[in-house]
Amino acid sequence: MDKHILLRHRDIVGIEKLDIYCGVGGFASFEKAIRTMQPQDVTAEVKNSGLRGRGGAGFPTGVKWGFLPNNIWPHYVVANADESEPGTFKDREIMESNPFQFLEGLMLASYAVQAATAYIYLRGEFWELAAFLNQKIKDLEAAKLLGDNILGSKYSLRIFTHLGAGAYICGEETALLESIEGKLGQPRLRPPFPAVEGLYGKPTLINNVETLTNLPPILQNGADWYRTLGTEQSPGVKIFCLSGCVKQPGNYELPLGVTYRELIYTYGGGILENRAIKAVMSAGASSDIVVADDHALDTPLAYETCMERLNSPLGSASVIVLDESVNMAWLVDKTVNFFKHESCGKCTPCREGTFWMNRLTDHIVKGEAKASDIDLLRHEAVQMQGRCLCALGEFSTMAVVSAVDRFRPDFEKHVRS
Amino acid sequence: MAERISLMIDNQTVSVPAGTLVVDAAKLIGIDIPVFCYHPKMEPAGMCRMCLVEIGRPVRDRATGELIKDENGMVKVAFGTKLETACTAPVSEGMVVRTTTPEVSEARKSMLEFLLTSHPLDCPICDKGGECPLQNLTMRYGPGVSQFDYDDKKHLAKHVPLGELIILDRERCIQCGRCVRFQHEIVDDPVLHFHERGRSLEIQTSSKPGFDSIFSGNTTDICPVGALTTIDFRFRARPWELKQVASICTQCPVGCNTTINLRREAKSGGDPVIKRIMPRQNEQVNEIWLCDKGRLGYHFVESKRRITQPLVRKDGELVPASWEEAYQRVEDQLRIESTRLVTLAGGRLANEDLFNISQLTESKQGKPVLYSQMAGGDLTSQIGLSAGSNLGEMGKGDVILVIASDLHQEAPIWWLRVKQAVERGAVLIVAAGRPTRLEKYATHVLRYKYGEEAATLAAFARSTDVNSGNRASVEAFAAAENGVIFYGSDGLGLSGSEHLAKACARLIVDHKFYGRRNNGLIAVWEAANTQGAWDMGFRPDRNLKGTLREADLLLVAAADPAGDDPALAKAVQEADFVVVFELFMTATAQLADVVFPVLAQPEREGSFTSGERRVQRFNRAIWRQDGPRVDFEISGHIARQMGLNLEEKSPVLVMNQIASRVTAYSPVSYTTMSAVKEQWPIIGRADLYYGGTSYDNKDGLGVQLHSAADRGEELSLGALIVTDSPAETSAGIRVVPINALYDRGQMLQDTIQLALRLAPQALLIHPQMAAALGVQDGEIVLVSTAQWELEYAIWVNETVPEDVAVVARSNGLPVQTPLFVQIQRLRKGEGD
Repeated sequence: MDKHILLRHRDIVGIEKLDIYCGVGGFASFEKAIRTMQPQDVTAEVKNSGLRGRGGAGFPTGVKWGFLPNNIWPHYVVANADESEPGTFKDREIMESNPFQFLEGLMLASYAVQAATAYIYLRGEFWELAAFLNQKIKDLEAAKLLGDNILGSKYSLRIFTHLGAGAYICGEETALLESIEGKLGQPRLRPPFPAVEGLYGKPTLINNVETLTNLPPILQNGADWYRTLGTEQSPGVKIFCLSGCVKQPGNYELPLGVTYRELIYTYGGGILENRAIKAVMSAGASSDIVVADDHALDTPLAYETCMERLNSPLGSASVIVLDESVNMAWLVDKTVNFFKHESCGKCTPCREGTFWMNRLTDHIVKGEAKASDIDLLRHEAVQMQGRCLCALGEFSTMAVVSAVDRFRPDFEKHVRS
Repeated sequence: MAERISLMIDNQTVSVPAGTLVVDAAKLIGIDIPVFCYHPKMEPAGMCRMCLVEIGRPVRDRATGELIKDENGMVKVAFGTKLETACTAPVSEGMVVRTTTPEVSEARKSMLEFLLTSHPLDCPICDKGGECPLQNLTMRYGPGVSQFDYDDKKHLAKHVPLGELIILDRERCIQCGRCVRFQHEIVDDPVLHFHERGRSLEIQTSSKPGFDSIFSGNTTDICPVGALTTIDFRFRARPWELKQVASICTQCPVGCNTTINLRREAKSGGDPVIKRIMPRQNEQVNEIWLCDKGRLGYHFVESKRRITQPLVRKDGELVPASWEEAYQRVEDQLRIESTRLVTLAGGRLANEDLFNISQLTESKQGKPVLYSQMAGGDLTSQIGLSAGSNLGEMGKGDVILVIASDLHQEAPIWWLRVKQAVERGAVLIVAAGRPTRLEKYATHVLRYKYGEEAATLAAFARSTDVNSGNRASVEAFAAAENGVIFYGSDGLGLSGSEHLAKACARLIVDHKFYGRRNNGLIAVWEAANTQGAWDMGFRPDRNLKGTLREADLLLVAAADPAGDDPALAKAVQEADFVVVFELFMTATAQLADVVFPVLAQPEREGSFTSGERRVQRFNRAIWRQDGPRVDFEISGHIARQMGLNLEEKSPVLVMNQIASRVTAYSPVSYTTMSAVKEQWPIIGRADLYYGGTSYDNKDGLGVQLHSAADRGEELSLGALIVTDSPAETSAGIRVVPINALYDRGQMLQDTIQLALRLAPQALLIHPQMAAALGVQDGEIVLVSTAQWELEYAIWVNETVPEDVAVVARSNGLPVQTPLFVQIQRLRKGEGD
């Protein structure tokens, strides 16, 4: 792509400064919205654009906005900047290098649902980024783009950053809300959904950083323009976080629908040392391990095609490439260890299941396991599936089951016969 | 009436109110869906995942909203791809629930296997073993063997004191969060929290002292494993060895229903010993809860200080005597012509005792005096809480006014029930001379100067003008459909209490808050059966000193005037002949001519009338073959010697006499008090997992008395002229008495478990007064009146009024009623 839509800093030097951002059309969308559009018009435009949530679930953004009831006030908007999924590093680049486009998106979303307060929930490790964003928020306040009666309109908005304390689970939106409220980061029961009963019990819109960053160009150029990019059911561009055994790992902003093959070989430069590709994971650690055969490599990376062709969701498009040198038992030990460490402990299957899966993978990779332990590992993952309180527990099983099913010899080579 | 929803659970149709959860709907028709984290008294959490079931919902056409039918004309039902938690799913019309399918069984087995991998399996030494939900559900639904390596089990600390009362066994904890949620949601003492995450998740206390809550014992009942145990019962007995006897708590006027657990022990010569006191369900009284005072305050029964033999005074000394001799001495005195008999009785006695003593007194034209600082029992019997009332039903449209009572300290379960009524929408007005815990939930707070209680209430009722800050609550009060007033004795003596009771009655009458369900006046009495004493004819005496002094024969039962007040001690000494019925060798007993040892409440049968005027029976838990006897038996025996037709053998027969002579008690008998009916939630049966180990009520819910207004009788309330007592003036500092839950009264002295929680022995004064007196926080001073002087501590506290010093009753300083004292520094110059 010649010009970036989201990673505009790659094209425009200094866009992290407010005057430069404004000089390249920054805040034109927001100004247009608050001066000429009703909140519901903004929502309608986003709905028409077909933009889907970039945090992983792929839920239509405009539809989500429509869930906030207009008879309960105040409304809150929260930007989910907890970016904690292993292999995911897109939101960080946006916020570090193109912060105002993200903030403008957050302001557009806030205007659309008429929230007067918005929070940016950042993972605890992003403390420097939080200070950076605080400065950017101050710049906006100084420029009267944030605060009371913005640009002379009736609309007022404040934005606050909030740092987490280092828990992966706080990327789950209800645990995130608990964390902002100062409570232990554990997911809430749903329903009620945050759109109805969210932060401090009030209707709350939670969108991912990348999702929000898409809003200024959509409002600027229109829904029809946005739909010219990507596929019919997955319009627009996506930042693919490419990592693992590739020559050129990094963030790639590409239209949805690009294939694995293009991403890995055209953009990522192919596999390290030109080894053979073995498998891919599309959503960081929360993925199935997909055998990288031609069918998989030719699959377009879009929400619908990944499900249809691979029965595996696109998720956050954090593509981890695994080559022939990677032992899948070792890999699963790593992912399961991660989930064990991050399980909040609220529900039984996740709290206990991740622990025991990790004990088994640990035994397996250390060569201390029996052959039957491989079946036990898989059985245990299945024992958890469909029974956890939130998605974390479910996600922890995906790599396990797919790896055991698809790469059993990798496990067998470790166990005692 | 809430909308009703019909659904099908395991092929049984059930109809329940909208909003009911699937787990409760199933329970109602006898289908057990196992749970750990869910508790019917709390909001669902959906954490343990034990209650997973298959739930199907009827399919509707998206366009028309019509139900879609299959080829047989049956409504099509779609089941989700995942199992759902029955504890978080509300019922919906046409829902189909399956709880016995292989998928559900497999899920239960899986959850139990997961839980047990972290659980120590030390059932043989666990206090919960035998009444343990985890144990029971494992036997019923669990896998026989674990797939996991036992050596991989993680071991955690087994003796973690959350405070000195409750011990946590970390490896037994299954992280269900019931205790945390109970402390946050139900009793609003948010002192327990989850700490850490994942498998390191643990319960911690954040308070000092640890687990600082007067309701802490309840968490051990609802804990579905043996993770939480009380220091009192820990390692003391196995549940299956315990015998259950239904009883009523003796500690306050709420009348919580309890079950006494007993075990025969070698140390008692094979006799039953009380091992623990447990709550017994009565949804109209204490639900399934009990405060820690009620749970732990039974140790006086086994006290070494108990007297076991009658004593008579010979040559100036009290010496052991036979019952016959003791009886004869009293009879001789009673037979003296025109002897002036005064009986002084405390509210610790049962109705049957009070009736017999009152009848005996009446036969000699004597004076039955109630040992109490509170008035108004005649008013509560006429316009008190109406029969059929239930604080648990009060909510939107209702008003509750609490005046001169720190309910949290005086009647904890009422505090809880009032708080819950507010949560259901009731308007709460709290009037007090100082801040109390209840004010947090109040719609409106009235702060008065001690001594101006009645005037404050009267002014409140009149303050309808636009500028009054009280206007909104006055209007809420006037607009309420139902109204209940609680009045207590915070800062009041008897004369102040008389004025306050009248002011409350005035308000009740003016607003017609009487004679109807969920309306009326409630006195927060100092003792469990003070209302019963009023009903049996006892009245407090404003000139108690004079009355005692002038008695030829003074009979004191369950009261220790000499111990409470040096002035009264002098009066008792001046009485000609003193007979005392007592558990302990109190100061009054030491002055007696005859002392009769009496049985403690768990050692006998009887009935109490609660502050809500519910008459409830308690049973004999411990049988003592010799030694002490029951108060009604002793008084009945004396009366029979005097030729009266009173019962001495059985409280059942005494109650029959009461029923025939006291109008309000005509429906009361040991049969009617024993009636039970189905209560919700269902608890305490074989399905312990559901509500915890509180006991199912099989022994009686008691009889609610009708007030005179309920019976449609003409009221005789007297002149309800509202004034306060004339302000006394005297040199010195006015001290007002308040009530502390954990005081140093006779009944708590043997409960060493609560020793660290006792109210501080200190006069609380405002910083301004401290400055004026030149005393420091924590300083020991000499406190004196004309009658006594004592060394006592001063605590400086900003929340107490500037013009008075505040001190807890029965806590070392003889202040039962407001009085003036001198305060002198002991160490002049120090700290200046």
